[in-house]
Amino acid sequence: MSFRGYEAVIGIEIHVQLNTASKIFCSDATNFDAGDNENVSPVSAGMPGTLPVVNKKAIEYGIKTGLALGCEIRKKSVFSRKNYFYPDSPKGYQISQYDLPICENGFITFKVNGVDKTVHISRAHLEEDAGKSTHSGEYTLINLNRAGIPLLEIVTGPDMRTPAEAAEYGRAIRQIVRYLDVCDGNLEEGSMRCDCNVSVRKEGSTQFGTKVEIKNVNSFRFVEKAIEYEIERQIDAVERGEKILQETRLWDPDKNRTFAMRSKEDAQDYRYFPDPDLLPLIVTKEMIDEIKSKLPELPIARAKRFQDAHGLPEYDATVLTTEKSWADFYEETAQESKNFKASSNWIMTELMRELNSANKEIAHSPITPKQLGRMIALIDNGTISGKIAKTVFQEMWNSGKDPEVVIKEKGLVQITDPATIEKLVDEVLAANVQSVEDHKTGKKKNLFGFFVGAVMKASKGQANPELVNKILQEKLK
Amino acid sequence: MIDKKTIEHIAKLARLNITENEAAEYSAQMGKILQNFDMIAKVETGGIEPLVTPTEIEAYWREDQAHNTATPEEMLTNAPARVGNLYKVPPVV
Amino acid sequence: MDLTFASLSEISEAVTAKKLSAKEVATHFQQRVQALDPKLNAFAALNPDVIKEADAIDARIAKGENVGVLAGVPFGIKDMLCTKGLATTAGSKILSGFIPPYDATVVSRLKKAGVVIMGKLNQDEFAMGSSNETSFFGPVKNPWDLERVPGGSSGGSAAAQAARLVPGTIGTDTGGSIRQPASFCGIVGVKPTYGRVSRYGIIAFASSLDQAGPMVSTVKDAALTLEVISGHDPMDSTSSQKQVPAWSKNLSSDIKGMKIGVIKEYLSGGLEADTQKTFDEALATVKKMGAEIVEISVAGTEFAIPVYYLVATSEASSNLARYDGVRFGYRAEFPRLSGVELEEFYGKTRGEGFGAEVKRRIMLGTYCLSSGYYDAYYNKAGQVRRLLTEQFIDAFKKCDAILSPVTAAPAFKLGELVHDPMTMYLNDIFTTSTNLAGLPGMSVPFGLSQSGLPIGVQVTGAHFEEQKMLNVAYALESVSSVKGKNPHVI
Repeated sequence: MSFRGYEAVIGIEIHVQLNTASKIFCSDATNFDAGDNENVSPVSAGMPGTLPVVNKKAIEYGIKTGLALGCEIRKKSVFSRKNYFYPDSPKGYQISQYDLPICENGFITFKVNGVDKTVHISRAHLEEDAGKSTHSGEYTLINLNRAGIPLLEIVTGPDMRTPAEAAEYGRAIRQIVRYLDVCDGNLEEGSMRCDCNVSVRKEGSTQFGTKVEIKNVNSFRFVEKAIEYEIERQIDAVERGEKILQETRLWDPDKNRTFAMRSKEDAQDYRYFPDPDLLPLIVTKEMIDEIKSKLPELPIARAKRFQDAHGLPEYDATVLTTEKSWADFYEETAQESKNFKASSNWIMTELMRELNSANKEIAHSPITPKQLGRMIALIDNGTISGKIAKTVFQEMWNSGKDPEVVIKEKGLVQITDPATIEKLVDEVLAANVQSVEDHKTGKKKNLFGFFVGAVMKASKGQANPELVNKILQEKLK
Repeated sequence: MIDKKTIEHIAKLARLNITENEAAEYSAQMGKILQNFDMIAKVETGGIEPLVTPTEIEAYWREDQAHNTATPEEMLTNAPARVGNLYKVPPVV
Repeated sequence: MDLTFASLSEISEAVTAKKLSAKEVATHFQQRVQALDPKLNAFAALNPDVIKEADAIDARIAKGENVGVLAGVPFGIKDMLCTKGLATTAGSKILSGFIPPYDATVVSRLKKAGVVIMGKLNQDEFAMGSSNETSFFGPVKNPWDLERVPGGSSGGSAAAQAARLVPGTIGTDTGGSIRQPASFCGIVGVKPTYGRVSRYGIIAFASSLDQAGPMVSTVKDAALTLEVISGHDPMDSTSSQKQVPAWSKNLSSDIKGMKIGVIKEYLSGGLEADTQKTFDEALATVKKMGAEIVEISVAGTEFAIPVYYLVATSEASSNLARYDGVRFGYRAEFPRLSGVELEEFYGKTRGEGFGAEVKRRIMLGTYCLSSGYYDAYYNKAGQVRRLLTEQFIDAFKKCDAILSPVTAAPAFKLGELVHDPMTMYLNDIFTTSTNLAGLPGMSVPFGLSQSGLPIGVQVTGAHFEEQKMLNVAYALESVSSVKGKNPHVI
């Protein structure tokens, strides 16, 4: 895509906070709602003599995510120390992976405006998070609760060319980590953090321009806006004949612009070296195979299956697989109802509407997938009509009761007994002698519908419409 | 000799304020020491993986079980400066 | 029983049998510390609760509890090891006032075995030194000659043990810091196989080299203490899961038929005459006892010193980054924080908090890891380290233990080498390769110099083969010239 005769080159680094119960190198809890420095121990505070011990689950989650991104898993990866001083980094170094990361060389395919885009994942490595700083003018305060929470840093190649691709890439990663249940994907709370590397070059050029890193972007909408801004800023600068500085810039969502962080006098020299406190991380083929065998079906594959095996339209399949919880809900509903399309329809219209207006996650739906599935089955076997079903659904939503209970309590069972319906028809016809006459003589047209409506009304909507039709037709012959 | 500029750069990387005298002393001593250490350059080491942990030690990974082992008070009581249960440092922005 | 010279098990058995109370033992040694330590400066801090802790041991014994194999034995602990509630400073101003909320695993295991902690022992700052002259608490004196250094960095441990201020001490060894002072002070010092003893709670100098070990009066005491402190620790990923053998029970001075290796490259002379004589006598002794002397070759032993210092200073420069004035320890004075640049905050705190030798080594290590030098220094050192280690592993296919000097000469005078770091570093020629290769090594007192200074010999074993090493030392100890001799200060 051309921006005033220039091409943008974008690479993304996403830090994914892995949702383990304890930290990556010690047993401190990881809950967000802990009090100040409550989830801190001598190890995570970097006290003298303390040592890191690897959390098995963090390794598993790293491998799981790597596999889902088609990465090769390194049998021997190494934790290194990244040395730098900052108050939120308690040891004066961060334990990370440098030249030998656990995951390498993967890819991800996602849709941008309906078209497939594939991005190369150059690496994904495990590391520990830093603490949190809060600033007042006079001083800064440090909370180390976050220090040591496991992170997986996923790094792409310089493969994206538009802000929209970058944002969709981020959403695709978010969708996958949520599918894998290794991260809640919450950007605002910082459980996913996105750094964007952006450069521009003249269209047709094969050399890269100087890249600028944008940090602090806490939504994918902002990713798009920040990159848009940055592309224009860089083109302006190049057009003015200025040199692009290799720097880190922050996105300011209020002013809709990026601004340069205070530049450091020295270029950083992190003095990486293998952490002698930790042995090389050896993972066996058996461990990788075991994780692979437990990998959930990923969104793209699942959507394809919903189309191929369930006969759902592409639109339904895509919407239902946006979140794993939705797709799971759908599959359980469909399994119960044995009616794929009806299950999809009820979830995508009625249920989504109620969830949205109540601002509820599908996991907290008062109607369980089994209940919804049974309700759909009750429509299909004629126990209730489609129309009555809306009433039943509403009552299930409000009370959480089983469809059978709602139907029984409210007396909503469809009337399918021909004798009962015939009696109702006779009553309606007897009450409308003139209209019957008009219908029969053809004096007035289209009265049939009026009779059906009147019978349905008399049955409080519970009469089986087909039977009503049939009996009316016979009586009005 | 290691030049003064390098000494100052290293001191800065290591966050060590050093005096002029110390800088001069380190410049001479480090030069002498490193010159001696340069003898390892002549060892042929092509293709050899550097050794970190010298003995064979079996891998040990923790199970993911959370339990906090210290109270905030225990963690803060050694702090040179604090506000409530937070560590206090110079303003960093 | 003369309590001052009693062995660890003699004391523990007497206390367990209620022939002697832990309190009486603690009081006896407390009085010795009070009387003698002003001359030696071996202690950095005393445990104010030592009598209370001894009382607690007595109370448990009174209740019939099995307290452990070191019941009621007072130990001095090098200040590198964190002790819960007791100031721990690594001999540095930068840790002034630091009171750990945890025990090092070595300390908690000693306590579990019934030990009462007498106090913290002086050392070179962050264990960086061979003479105990770099401590923030001032130099330690050698009990055999107060004008001489006790060696370092575990100089406080060696001096306190030699003067029997305590029945047992713990030191740490990164390049010889247990063995060299043990040799200088005429005691037994063991550096275990890397991974044998947990490093958790031991202030890190160089993580891939550091090990803690006993510094005691006899090989038997060393074996017993080593048994107590060894074994896997879930808090240290580099601690071995191997079973801990019953070294003290299996101790034997019968070394007949054992193959004792001598490193050809160490025989090229350069030893001070008394040290040479001691070493030759040790060789003759083991031969006489029926061992076979095997000459082995380790090419490139001259590279051990550079490799050691490159690895140790690089790791140290990173290990010591946590001393930053934020969470514990020393912080430089700032009238107000507002307006203080972070770089100045760190630079001033660390510049004032670390002593000269520590700063020098941080500078060296930072340089060796920095961009452009990593490959030539740290990485290269790691490669040569592998070459050296593999040769040692091969050598132990031909022999059961290696005998060598500990140092080239006995204890030197205070102040003699303090301004010449390179010569000081070269002192570690016989000890550093043991750490680089992760081998167990120990110093056992064997000879006396003309002027009456003790001289040790070094026994080195194969990885996790401490028993053979201890047995050779046990055999040598039985005919040692230092046996029965005591420093003048006693």
